[in-house]
Amino acid sequence: MNINATLLGELIAFIFFVWFCMKFVWPPIIGAIEERQQKIADGLAASERGEKDLELAQVKATDQLKEAKAQAADIIEQAKKRGSTIVDEETQRGHSEREKIIAQGYSEVEAERNRTKEELRQQVAALAIAGAEKILEREIDAAAQSDIVAKLVAEL
Amino acid sequence: MAESDGGQSVSGYIKHHLTNASVGDGFWTFHVDTLAWSIVLGFVFILSFRAVAKKATIGVPGKWQACVELIVEFVDNTVKSTYHGKSALIAPLALTIFVWVLLMNFMDLIPVDFLPSFAQFIGGQLGYDPHHVYMKVVPTTDVNMTFALSIGVFILMIFYSIKIKGVGGFLKELYAHPFNTPWLYWFNFILEVVALLAKPLSLSLRLFGNLYAGELIFILIAGTIGLWQLPLHFLWAAFHLLIIPLQAFIFMMLTIVYLSMASEEH
Repeated sequence: MNINATLLGELIAFIFFVWFCMKFVWPPIIGAIEERQQKIADGLAASERGEKDLELAQVKATDQLKEAKAQAADIIEQAKKRGSTIVDEETQRGHSEREKIIAQGYSEVEAERNRTKEELRQQVAALAIAGAEKILEREIDAAAQSDIVAKLVAEL
Repeated sequence: MAESDGGQSVSGYIKHHLTNASVGDGFWTFHVDTLAWSIVLGFVFILSFRAVAKKATIGVPGKWQACVELIVEFVDNTVKSTYHGKSALIAPLALTIFVWVLLMNFMDLIPVDFLPSFAQFIGGQLGYDPHHVYMKVVPTTDVNMTFALSIGVFILMIFYSIKIKGVGGFLKELYAHPFNTPWLYWFNFILEVVALLAKPLSLSLRLFGNLYAGELIFILIAGTIGLWQLPLHFLWAAFHLLIIPLQAFIFMMLTIVYLSMASEEH
């Protein structure tokens, strides 16, 4: 237990080691540690954010899917409705067309009958006149007797 | 092993083991073994940590980097929880003290005769009398080593006190505390100077005493009881294994505490 110059030597060594540690050892190591801690913290925050984003996206996707399904159902419903109205309209139009065609046919037939009737009436009138001429054996002034003929024709 | 020294007495064996290899006279004596081992171990610390510092990556660390970072982070947490000021010196100082003292203390676990016998053999080959070749391998069992550390810390304590509180503040702390009446200033001054000087003294003597006692018991076991020393050596080494890091930690912790006391206003 004797104090001597060894103490001075150790003191110098101590100062040197502390200085070296402070200059060249401590700052890079603690810097790396702190930087890594920062990086890990950032990574964790990012992953948390990602998870939240994913959750949000899932909710959004589900919503959109639901909406799309509802829209599709709507569209199908509308298409069905429209289809049935088109069928109805077409049926109705077909009916009325038919009615019209039938009515036209009737009126044509009617007109034909009327015409034939008229013709027949004329011919009967002419036959009557011819008959009357033969009966009277004389010439009838067709012009003078036309009112009688007309009367006859009307009576037929 | 005492027998191998060729009829040397037990007290002679113990004395031989407790003598430093010295060069010089009087005050200018240098303990060559203490200086050599402590400086070698200091370089082991500095260079192995420097190897990590050079290639420190913020990505996945290697095994050695992880180990070094473990120690650095442990010291950093201890410093941050105790020293509340801002200083670029305190943390590296604490790291240096902790690892250096730990390495020096661990020299105690090398079998007591191993390195001294080796030195005696080399000395004998070089033509010296082997009985006068000394080798004390644990630097912290040399009071010069522990005082060098504590005086270094003491200088820093004074430096921080003056830097943060000024010369006046530092002196005022010495005389105006604990009795703040002018006629008791002389008494305060005696008390405070004793308290101030007790810090480095206790710091160095605690480390020295623990390691010296541990080393002495190893030597006693080796020098006195023949073959039965083997289980006893094992038991004492297992117990000493607790003391070695504990003393290194206490030295670091008290350094931080003293420096934080020095840089805080009362």
